[in-house]
Amino acid sequence: MYLETPRKFRALVSQAHQVAANYLRPLSRTYDRAEHAYPKELDMLAALLDGMNAGAPEAVGAGAAGKRSEGAADGVRNGGNLSACLAVMEMCWGDVGLLLSMPRQGLGNAAIAAVANEEQRQRFASVWAAMAITEPGCGSDSAAIRTTAVRDGDHYVLNGEKIFVTAGARADAVVVWATLDRSLGRAAIKSFVVEKGTPGMTVTRLEKKLGIKASDTASISFQDCRVPAANLLGSPEIDTQKGFAGVMETFDNTRPLVAAMAVGLARAALDRSRTLLEKAGCRFDRQRPLLVLQHAEACWHRYEAEWEAARLLTLKAAWMADNRMPNSKEASIAKAKAGRMVGEVTLGCLALVGAQGYGEDELLEKWARDAKILDIFEGTQQIQQLIIARRLLGKSSAELK
Amino acid sequence: MTTTLQGHALALLNRLARADWPDRFKLRKPLEGLLLRGSRAGFRLAGRRSAHGSTRPLLSGPGELFDLSLSEEQQLLRDMLAPFAVEVMRPAALEADAQGNLPPALRAQAAALGLVHYGVPESMGGLAGGPTALTTALLAETLAQGDLSLAAALLQPLSAAHCLRRWGSTEQQQRWLPALLHEDAPHYALAIEEPQVLADPARPATRARKRGGQYRLDGEKCLVLQGGQADWLIVSAQCSDGPALFRVSADADGLSRQPEPAMGLKACATTRIRLRQVKVERDARLAGRGFDHRVFLDLSALGWCALAVGTCQAALDYVIAYCNDRHAFGEPISHRQGVAFSIADMAIELEGMRLLLWRACARADRGLDFQEQAWRARLFCSEHAPRIGSAAVQLLGGHGFTQEHPVERWYRDLRAVGVLNGAMPL
Ligand SMILES: Cc1cc2nc3c(=O)[nH]c(=O)nc-3n(C[C@H](O)[C@H](O)[C@H](O)COP(=O)(O)OP(=O)(O)OC[C@H]3O[C@@H](n4cnc5c(N)ncnc54)[C@H](O)[C@@H]3O)c2cc1C
Repeated sequence: MYLETPRKFRALVSQAHQVAANYLRPLSRTYDRAEHAYPKELDMLAALLDGMNAGAPEAVGAGAAGKRSEGAADGVRNGGNLSACLAVMEMCWGDVGLLLSMPRQGLGNAAIAAVANEEQRQRFASVWAAMAITEPGCGSDSAAIRTTAVRDGDHYVLNGEKIFVTAGARADAVVVWATLDRSLGRAAIKSFVVEKGTPGMTVTRLEKKLGIKASDTASISFQDCRVPAANLLGSPEIDTQKGFAGVMETFDNTRPLVAAMAVGLARAALDRSRTLLEKAGCRFDRQRPLLVLQHAEACWHRYEAEWEAARLLTLKAAWMADNRMPNSKEASIAKAKAGRMVGEVTLGCLALVGAQGYGEDELLEKWARDAKILDIFEGTQQIQQLIIARRLLGKSSAELK
Repeated sequence: MTTTLQGHALALLNRLARADWPDRFKLRKPLEGLLLRGSRAGFRLAGRRSAHGSTRPLLSGPGELFDLSLSEEQQLLRDMLAPFAVEVMRPAALEADAQGNLPPALRAQAAALGLVHYGVPESMGGLAGGPTALTTALLAETLAQGDLSLAAALLQPLSAAHCLRRWGSTEQQQRWLPALLHEDAPHYALAIEEPQVLADPARPATRARKRGGQYRLDGEKCLVLQGGQADWLIVSAQCSDGPALFRVSADADGLSRQPEPAMGLKACATTRIRLRQVKVERDARLAGRGFDHRVFLDLSALGWCALAVGTCQAALDYVIAYCNDRHAFGEPISHRQGVAFSIADMAIELEGMRLLLWRACARADRGLDFQEQAWRARLFCSEHAPRIGSAAVQLLGGHGFTQEHPVERWYRDLRAVGVLNGAMPL
């Protein structure tokens, strides 16, 4: 048992922290104010990271998660899922919105890594991929999507409306969920890589949001959009036995990543509020019992304990993925805990600082806005609770709705 | 020649072989396996350490990888003690709670399991072959799945052994530890808790003043687990050079004991202990190198966290079965989100408690500083354990409020977490 950051990732973590502190942080407020402006500074950063990752066995971004880790058949593994989570935590200590806008680090990349075959994985290796599941009529109930894909020769023809696509207008490609046959339910849902500029695909709108304003959220419409059949990820067969499992596997890898975002963001709020509280005279002396500490300090310690629980749950889910253990429940536990923690901690830390924390001179108010999305996308708090409860209770989705 | 490790294990096995209760509970096979295993584990550790020529815990695992897996021995300990917790302890818990006592039969059964051996070094006849924090936490976690109060009571000999081994001098260990392994071992209790409101547990109000070759102890200790039946007490007291632990005879002049029932922990027969000018010899003071009272309290807080984790797991398992079975409005109540989500929340926070506990223990076992981690584990458990206990009662409705179900008892027991600090060092 060893629950510390593994030695082999310590350089990576410190590198990611440097990037966050010296590159992302200084841009935070700028792109919070300039919603929809493209953070051009990220191009250079992405190139830099590509260069660093090229030489490293364990990469930094989302694409690293879901990679089936190689290595000895026995013994524990610390692979791409764990390293991605650790790096994402650091980067989001810098800025969540900017991380979500990092070229080639999209959640679509995690989907590709998780379900693509070998040929596809190589073909899309350097592609920045966004993820398009949500539609105007369905979000949580992702099995109810209406976007269709119809085979026509060596193409599929896509028709439908997607909303809330993170980096949808900026990415090189979008991984689109569409159904081959609505009457066959979940099993017929497949994901397709649609490259930017494919005729029939149009970005129709960008949202104005509560937070993560540096990250664009696009609506995309597909009208008779022809996609090469080879861009269907995974198997084209409709396997009603396996059902939804294929596309849903993505979440086992991406939920820990979103949890990691929450952990990184919450740490930023903890660190900043602590600095300000120390200036105001809190001593943060662990030698004194909790009961006699100042209220602000005691609250802060409680937040930090919540934070650590979320952090360890996240690392556990990633570690299980690296070691090829089924981790759906643990991924949902991590996401649920981190999602609720980050809201409580960022709002709480702001309040500990008082009026100063509410003003735009501090990033605390921004972080408290950014935090909310982390309890919503990749499955809301309630959806995670559903998944966890169904597993614990042994209930189907028909019984526990 | 001194008895070998295998010899000690054989003696234990023999004791178990003579008992008939393992057959009654159909537990003989797993328990024998446990004892065999324990001795082998001790063997391997002993071998490894002599190879390294040092008794320090190993500082780095295999390549320092993040690793949640338990050692083979830890896994087996868990697998084998779980049936004892559920089949033997759980059924005894209601009566023990009502009587406010640890049933002697249960105490004997636990003694036969040789739990205390995990706190006594091999060189003195025990099985403690390396760092003990995580293994003891897992022991506590597993037993507390049977019942928190019974687990706390049954683990007192092991707690005492850990105290004497960690903080006694070599000479004191040799004098006191082997006796703990005897069939008629003296009973120990840890008198640490004090009743002062808002006091710092790290600075005991109980005083130890040096008078010639002796110390005189004055003070008051509350809620001492198993305090009434103890032959010996390990008492924390403030000396001129800082806090220290003393081994005090329960019959000493000036020492008085009184039952002090509490909200829960009934089976532990909590006791108030008063010390008025209690004289002890100088070498009653635990004199190992580097006694750090805060480390003692941190390890003990982790012991309470481990009990909390086990009992919260029991509560979770209990409500899952109950809510799937119980019908209202034409379907199992577990089909309703208000019920199901509460269960999900129990599982989420419980897993958080467990990981905080394990991390702190793993650090302690490696000789890393673990004060911060222990502090956070305690804070988190003290917040969430009572909440989980409360949710468990809520999910059973009015039935949960009655003693027909163990959740009523666990609700009371779980509130001890974060409130009590001493008595459970790992
Ligand atoms: C900034 C942003 C970025 C996003 N990025 C992406 C992206 O890149 N790709 C993508 O595909 N999607 C993305 N999304 C969409 C996001 O995943 C969905 O918004 C989310 O899954 C919730 O779906 P919904 O908005 O339709 O809410 P609904 O499904 O309408 O849910 C509304 C409320 O009802 C609750 N609810 C729903 N069903 C149940 C149930 N069975 N039991 C209990 N409660 C329930 C939900 O928890 C929620 O509180 C993004 C959204 C935002 C705001």
